[in-house]
Amino acid sequence: MADEIILLDLWASMLGMRVRVALAEKGLKYEYREQDLRNKSPLLLEMNPVHKKIPVLIHNGKPICESLIIVQYIDEVWYNKSPLLPSDPYQRAQARFWADYTDKLNAKSLYELGRQLWLTKGEEQETAKKGFMECLKLLEGELGDKPYFGGENFGFLDVALVTFSCWFFAYESFGNFSVEAECPKLVAWSKRCMEKESVSSSLEDPLKIHGFVIMMRKELGAE
Amino acid sequence: MAEEVKLFGGMWASLYSRRIEIALKMTGVQFEFIEEDLQNKSPLLLQYNSIHKKVPVLLHNGMPIAESLIILEYINETWPDNPILPRDPYDRAMARFWARFIDEKLIWVSWDAYRSKEEDQGKAIEEACKQLKALENELKEKEFFGGDTVGYLDIAAIMVASWFGVMQEVMKVELLTEENFPNLCQWVEKFVDCPIVKECLPHKEKMVEFIRVLLKDFLASR
Repeated sequence: MADEIILLDLWASMLGMRVRVALAEKGLKYEYREQDLRNKSPLLLEMNPVHKKIPVLIHNGKPICESLIIVQYIDEVWYNKSPLLPSDPYQRAQARFWADYTDKLNAKSLYELGRQLWLTKGEEQETAKKGFMECLKLLEGELGDKPYFGGENFGFLDVALVTFSCWFFAYESFGNFSVEAECPKLVAWSKRCMEKESVSSSLEDPLKIHGFVIMMRKELGAE
Repeated sequence: MAEEVKLFGGMWASLYSRRIEIALKMTGVQFEFIEEDLQNKSPLLLQYNSIHKKVPVLLHNGMPIAESLIILEYINETWPDNPILPRDPYDRAMARFWARFIDEKLIWVSWDAYRSKEEDQGKAIEEACKQLKALENELKEKEFFGGDTVGYLDIAAIMVASWFGVMQEVMKVELLTEENFPNLCQWVEKFVDCPIVKECLPHKEKMVEFIRVLLKDFLASR
C-alpha cells in the first residue's frame, strides 16, 4: 500500500523547508498544503493542537510536529535511502546538539536571533545582530574544512541549517551586514548544498523571502 | 578497553542531572558522578560544554555530550541492551515531541502560574492546566509514558514528578491535582516508587526547604 504523506507548511518558513529537503532527499512523493497562519485551518488545529504551528507532517493519517523531530522521523522510517543522521552515536549526538542550537526556543537560538534581526530596530537590533553573527561563527567553526557538516555527505545538521541560507539576504538587508564577509566558509557551504536538487528545489528565492519579511514587518508593526 | 563514563552534574536538587543518573542506572552502566558547583564551574565543565556551560554533561571515553535529552538519546544508542526509547519511529517521534514540550513549554507556563500576582493568576493557571491536560491525555490508560516500563519520556517528565509537587507546597498554588489530572497523579506515584527513581530523586521535603530558601526574597515580596 502506498504511503500517504501530507505536509502542512508555509512557503517562507525555513523550518518547513527542512522537511521539504528531507522528503526530497528520500525521493518521497507528498501533498503540500499551504497554510494561512492568520486563519488557521481546522486540519492544522486538529493535527497540532498543542502548538498550532507548521510544519506538520501527516503520514498515513498520523501527525508529527516540530521540524527537527519530523526530519528524524523521516530519516528513521525511510532509512534505506540517503541516511541523514550518521551511524555513530557520538556523531549523532553532535549533529543533534548543533541542530538544537539553531532551533531552541530561547532568546539565543539562531532562529530567534534572526527573527529579532528583522523585527527590531536600534539597539535591540544591534544586540540581535551581534548574537546572530556569533552563532554563525560558531557554526562555521563546527563546519571547519569539511564539505558538509555531515562530513563527506550531506546530513542532518546540513538539513537543519541550509534552509536559513535563503533568509540571509533578508537578514543582511535589514541588519546591514554581510554574512559572506564574516563567514565565507558558511556561504561556500550553502552554495555547495544548493548544487543538490533536494536543496535547490526546496529552498525559496531570497528575493521573495525579502519581500515576505517586508510584509511581516508591516503587519507586526515594525515599520 | 574498559569504558570510562563520567557524569558532570549539579547537586542533589538539580533535576536535569537526575535524568541522566536514572538513565545510566537503568542501563546498568558503571559511572563516576562529578558534582559541579554551579556558582563556581570547573574549567573541565566549561571546556566540555563551552557553548551552554551547563550541566549535565556526559563524558564517555573522554568525549563529551551535553543537553540532557540528547544525552538520553546517546545512552539509548550506545547501550542498546536496555533501550529507553521506543523502537517504533512514530512512538519515538511522539516521545521526543512531549519531552520537548515539557522542557520548552510546560515548565515555563507552569512557572508563570506559580509566580503570578493574584490579579493575573487565574489566567496563568488556566493556561498551565490546558498544557497539563495535553500531557494527561498523552498518558491515557498507560502505566508509564513508556508503556509497561519507565522510558525516555518518563525520565524526561521527572520535572512533573518532582518539581510540581514542590512548587505547589512552596508557592501554595494548586496545579497538578488528582481531581483534574488523575492519570498524571497516578503516574507520579508509580514513577517515584520505582527503585532506581527513588534512589536518584531528591526527597520532597528536603527539596521544598531548599526551594523556599532559594526563593525567599521572592516569597517575602509577595
